[in-house]
Amino acid sequence: MLFKHHRHHHDRALHHGPAQELPLNQLPSGVAAQVVQVNGGHGLINRIASLGFTPGAEVTLLQNYGHGPLIASVRGSRLALGRGEAEHILVKVLEA
Amino acid sequence: MSQLVQAASSLHELPETALVVALVGQPNVGKSSVFNDLTGQAQYVSNWPGKTSEPKSGTCDAGGRQVQVVDLPGAYSLSANSSEERLVRDFLIHQQPDVVALIVNATALERNLYLLAELLALPLKIVIGLNMVDVAAQQGIVVEPHVLEAALGLPVIPLNAARSHGVAELIQKAACVAADPQQDAPNRPEIRADHRSVLQALQYLITPYVPEPYPVDWTALKLLEGDRQITEMVQGQLGEQWPPVHAILMQHEDAILAIAGGRYEWIGRMVRAAVTQPRAGQLTLTDRIDRVATHPLGGMLILLGILGVLFWLTYALGTPLQTWLDVHLVQAGSVWAQGVLQGAPAWLTGLVVNGIIAGVGTVLTLLPVLLIFFAALGILEDLGYMARAAYVMDRFMHLMGLHGKSFLPLFLGFGCNVPAVMGARSIESPKARLITILVTPLVPCTARLAVLATLAPIFFREQALLVTWGLVSLNLLVLTGVGIILHEGFLGGEHKAFIMEMPLYQLPNLHSIGVSLWQRLVDFMKMAGTIILVVSVLLWALSTFPGGTIQTSLLGLVGQKLEPLGRIMGLDWQMLVALVTSFVRKENTIPTLAVLYGVGTQGAGLAEVLSSRLTQPAALAFLAVQMLFIPCMATLATIRQETKSWRWTVLSVGLLLAISLAMGIAIYQGAALVGWE
Repeated sequence: MLFKHHRHHHDRALHHGPAQELPLNQLPSGVAAQVVQVNGGHGLINRIASLGFTPGAEVTLLQNYGHGPLIASVRGSRLALGRGEAEHILVKVLEA
Repeated sequence: MSQLVQAASSLHELPETALVVALVGQPNVGKSSVFNDLTGQAQYVSNWPGKTSEPKSGTCDAGGRQVQVVDLPGAYSLSANSSEERLVRDFLIHQQPDVVALIVNATALERNLYLLAELLALPLKIVIGLNMVDVAAQQGIVVEPHVLEAALGLPVIPLNAARSHGVAELIQKAACVAADPQQDAPNRPEIRADHRSVLQALQYLITPYVPEPYPVDWTALKLLEGDRQITEMVQGQLGEQWPPVHAILMQHEDAILAIAGGRYEWIGRMVRAAVTQPRAGQLTLTDRIDRVATHPLGGMLILLGILGVLFWLTYALGTPLQTWLDVHLVQAGSVWAQGVLQGAPAWLTGLVVNGIIAGVGTVLTLLPVLLIFFAALGILEDLGYMARAAYVMDRFMHLMGLHGKSFLPLFLGFGCNVPAVMGARSIESPKARLITILVTPLVPCTARLAVLATLAPIFFREQALLVTWGLVSLNLLVLTGVGIILHEGFLGGEHKAFIMEMPLYQLPNLHSIGVSLWQRLVDFMKMAGTIILVVSVLLWALSTFPGGTIQTSLLGLVGQKLEPLGRIMGLDWQMLVALVTSFVRKENTIPTLAVLYGVGTQGAGLAEVLSSRLTQPAALAFLAVQMLFIPCMATLATIRQETKSWRWTVLSVGLLLAISLAMGIAIYQGAALVGWE
């Protein structure tokens, strides 16, 4: 049980209605989503965008325990990012 | 910048006809293996971003033509997000290499081609080396080089850099492309229509002001992207003409998102036909390992387990070997030298035995421990585990103003500071690397702990354990404080966003690990043969001349002169001298004290003298100073080697000297204030 994905941690966030937008740090792991917008200073946006988080990109979290950094899969690569950075990335959940 | 100048000057030494090929790529693409293969120069190959942080160059031959290959640091883009990225683009713009060989990793092709999209905005000839096709195939990703080549309009050479397949073809192709006056027009990412007119307006405004050799269209694009360095440059050039440009830029503040999005759209079109993606939702081996290795609790346990094994190996294998070397190299060497030098003047015997053999020999006994640490670091890095360790530890290291990647090197410091300083090489940001190197000596190494463990019971008896624990904690507290101050203070408290690539797990390439191990050992031996040799002899001379004994030596005399300083901490001059001799090796503290207090080197006599000479507060002050003092000369020489700067080396000495003495004074005087004697 210890190493199972903790999907239930954030199930709450999913019940806001269809196609709601939420910051990446609130996306439960394993749920496919699409980047809607990236906010922040030029430097941060540039860094995040050049690594693949641009509007329209599909993103899935491989790990989100509700605290600490998270691991995202975007455009075929794995990226670890801090919660603060993830908060700047707005996503919408894709219908399964 | 100095690195750039260095690279530039080395380029000038080449014959005019030599072709300059710049190797460019994102981190973790196997670029360094390509470089090693081409130039035969063994360089550290890594699976951890940013191993190549300064341009290295070597020569090779391509069809009879001499080629100068420049290995540029790993960069995700040309956007000056990191010093590596700045270095790459400065090199490309100012040095204008004949050909750029872009190495891409087939397992993360889309993100890797982002760099290509950026390169295509510069007037460069490009060939692409498609690496790790086999690893991608294991992941179910099939990439067809010919299809990609046709889509991009650029040569694409499949590589297996780990087995050096395709590397020769890559450089041949680069030579062909260089000879070709006009490379076939490659496909280029397009700019959104509304941005195109903005770019035209910008170009019109800045054209007369853009300094050579910056291309005007590229400069305009970077302005629109909001690139800080280019913005500052153009603003400086334009002076009073800046406001209209600024007004345009303000209207398109988030253009970067559209530009980056456009690049990825273009990439999507380029790879559509060439790449077959695996079925979605398949769990790869990396995913499965990561479930445990990056789990908040599981990851920590694994990390602790790995560290446990590492230190067990050190104590089970490294320490006995070290003792063996001490007996058979240092001690036997001394006896042998004394035999050979029988009848020679006393100073010569002293020089050889107490200067050279005691200094250099002792440093060489560190070799087994270094070997174990470096081999372990190399394997963990190659496996792809280092990024995970950094991920697990990042939160804690951030509290100390450090990066997650600082954890492993610093932890190694408990064994020996030398590999810790060398291990900091793997931290990509030069600032974070420098901070890590500067705080490393505050991690108490085995030798310092041994001195503490010997002396603490003499002064504190039952409380010895408490004192030991307290002093180790003090070191870590000071480390944290210094880390935060260095980070926030004069190194500019930029909080770098935490975004880190997690490479795929791979079987380690033992050949490349062996090569890097050998390199590090050679570096270390060179250091022992040069700087450490000089320092050992110098310190021996200082502690021998003019009087012949340490009491009557220059060191002893200076120590006696400094007695007032010692008094503030409640210390005798003998203890000050012992601190200085601990510079050769930390264990020296105890024999020096024994000699200076005129007792036998056997501990019993020393214990009595010491406990009668020093009050408990003075003893505590001494132990604290000893724990925080300047590191041993091997560590200091390594700091010099790794920072390539005497300034930082001297600063490190000054910093530790100030901290340790201040702490000693604070403890002794503080104790006096509260009436503890």
